[in-house]
Amino acid sequence: MSTQVDVRSMSSRSLPRPRLRIGIFYVTVLPLLALSVLAGIAIGSTPIGWRTILRVLELKMLPSGWTDAAGLNQADIVIVWLIRVPRVVVAACVGAALSAAGVIMQALLRNPLAEPGLVGAGSGAVLGAVIAFVAGWSGHSVVLLPIAAIVGALLALILVYGVATRGGITPVATLLLAGIAVGSLLTAVSSLLLSLNIVDWQIGQEIVFWMMGGLDARTWTHVWLCAPFVLLGLVAAMSQSRDLDLLQQGEETAASLGVEIEASKRMLTFIAALLTGAAVAVAGMIGFVGLIVPHAVRMMVGPSNRTLLPASATAGAAFLILCDLAARTIHPPIEIRLGVVTALFGGPFFIALLLRRSWEASAR
Amino acid sequence: MSTLEARQISVHRGGRGILHQASVSLVPGELRAVVGPNGGGKSTLLRALAGIWPVAAGDVWLDGKPITKYPRKELARRIAYVPQEQRLDFAFTVEQIVAMGRYPHRGRFSRESEQDRRAIELSLERCDIVHLRRRPVNTLSGGEHQRVLIARSLAVEPQFILLDEPTANLDVEHSLEILELCRVLACGGQSVVLATHDLNAVARYATSVVLMQGGQLTDGGGDQQLLDPRNLEKVFGIRAELLSTTDGQPVYVFHRRSETDSETKFN
Repeated sequence: MSTQVDVRSMSSRSLPRPRLRIGIFYVTVLPLLALSVLAGIAIGSTPIGWRTILRVLELKMLPSGWTDAAGLNQADIVIVWLIRVPRVVVAACVGAALSAAGVIMQALLRNPLAEPGLVGAGSGAVLGAVIAFVAGWSGHSVVLLPIAAIVGALLALILVYGVATRGGITPVATLLLAGIAVGSLLTAVSSLLLSLNIVDWQIGQEIVFWMMGGLDARTWTHVWLCAPFVLLGLVAAMSQSRDLDLLQQGEETAASLGVEIEASKRMLTFIAALLTGAAVAVAGMIGFVGLIVPHAVRMMVGPSNRTLLPASATAGAAFLILCDLAARTIHPPIEIRLGVVTALFGGPFFIALLLRRSWEASAR
Repeated sequence: MSTLEARQISVHRGGRGILHQASVSLVPGELRAVVGPNGGGKSTLLRALAGIWPVAAGDVWLDGKPITKYPRKELARRIAYVPQEQRLDFAFTVEQIVAMGRYPHRGRFSRESEQDRRAIELSLERCDIVHLRRRPVNTLSGGEHQRVLIARSLAVEPQFILLDEPTANLDVEHSLEILELCRVLACGGQSVVLATHDLNAVARYATSVVLMQGGQLTDGGGDQQLLDPRNLEKVFGIRAELLSTTDGQPVYVFHRRSETDSETKFN
């Protein structure tokens, strides 16, 4: 490119090169993710030193014989490997899944304020999981729990789309209203099912778990229930990232540029349901993550979905690990519900970002 | 030679017919203007020609084959469509938007090729938006934004370009630039269709005209007769005068019909 063009493109409202912005993002967020993983394992009712953590991870993850357990006591190994590591890994998967689902829904609905909880997918996933739970299917085969949650999320999305669509057109406002209405209804049905099917003292606990989310007592089983679906969803979402960019420009534009609109929307709805269902099955409904993380990340790396999807998944993983850390350390030994923490941390964070953006806009 | 042809097409929307038995044939090298009152079916005709809206009757044919028989991406490589008004909440940069024009040429995971890059740069230059390339589109003026959308359609390198009121948001200078650009594209062998309300631009730039009213194409012989002030008065419900500039360009002056009515009433 000629130097003249480069000079002109430095005008005040131009953004720096996309690659530079992406580089800065990962240089900041990857160490943050590593730190939050370490902190999530180290901090708790029994503090564990980082040397011990690394020794246990070496012991468990390297081929046998490379290191030995000398100097490690069995309690540390159990706390690190069987209690804290799976919890951190589940938090990372759930955070990544909800953030990526948020990115997809925001692009599909062309609205930066859409998220899994708002369009009914979360409530549908909860209902699916609750049905599998009270019917005892999850006792037969645990994998039925995430599958039921995914199916629930998908049916809820189809129902919401069906209610909100007239003559092939889905107005965003109607869609959000339908999402909130259907969501409330499905949440009520979940609570009712739990109330009718569980012995007294557990009722409240289970309802609170599913509606407000939580990662208490998560094990490696939960990791295997969630991680494969999340990975599949993320890869599938990446394969659709250009379609998402085009759909974000409007359906007519997308169609005129060669996107098979209906097939693409179906595929993306399914991927969003897959990610939401996989997250909800192991953590209950956690609000705000799918709204805040993509929104914040978009301000840093821009709206192109090819960049935004992996960036949001990474940031979402770190965000939820830190929120879960806060949930169990703010007021020990009682754990605050994870959904409460995400809302408490997420709300002000969101407002601050909005304020910063408007301040920057006025400073130009 | 490629042709895009609507044969007796009708379009229904929301249970209502909004285009009735329209027939149009487009060939390379022409700049076709589609004019008519609001709600006359101009945008609908363009959408049907681009294959975006399904037709209820008749067929749109591309090179002797109905467009419904083409894969969506191949159609997109050959026919570009720029919708009328489109603002966005998301801060894609100008360059990213224009690069989207290459979507129908690229595989799902393929990187940008040399040819993609050339097409994008050329489109930025032709629409005079090279200096805006890293600006987020939601910070642009209406005219700048319109030029970005046109640049995206040029990046497709299509045979047919369908533009829905591309000059509606533009100032005089940029409006003339876009019209000149359309003429250059037509001279270069592309077929350009322009839905517009600017009858002076039509008279000056278009190589042929389609006049639409009430979802139908107005029959009535050649372009001369369609653009005749008497005919325009009838179609638009106004009073029209056709003047001539010093260098011989035709210029329309329009008056509201009610002005004359009220004049007679008060006299």
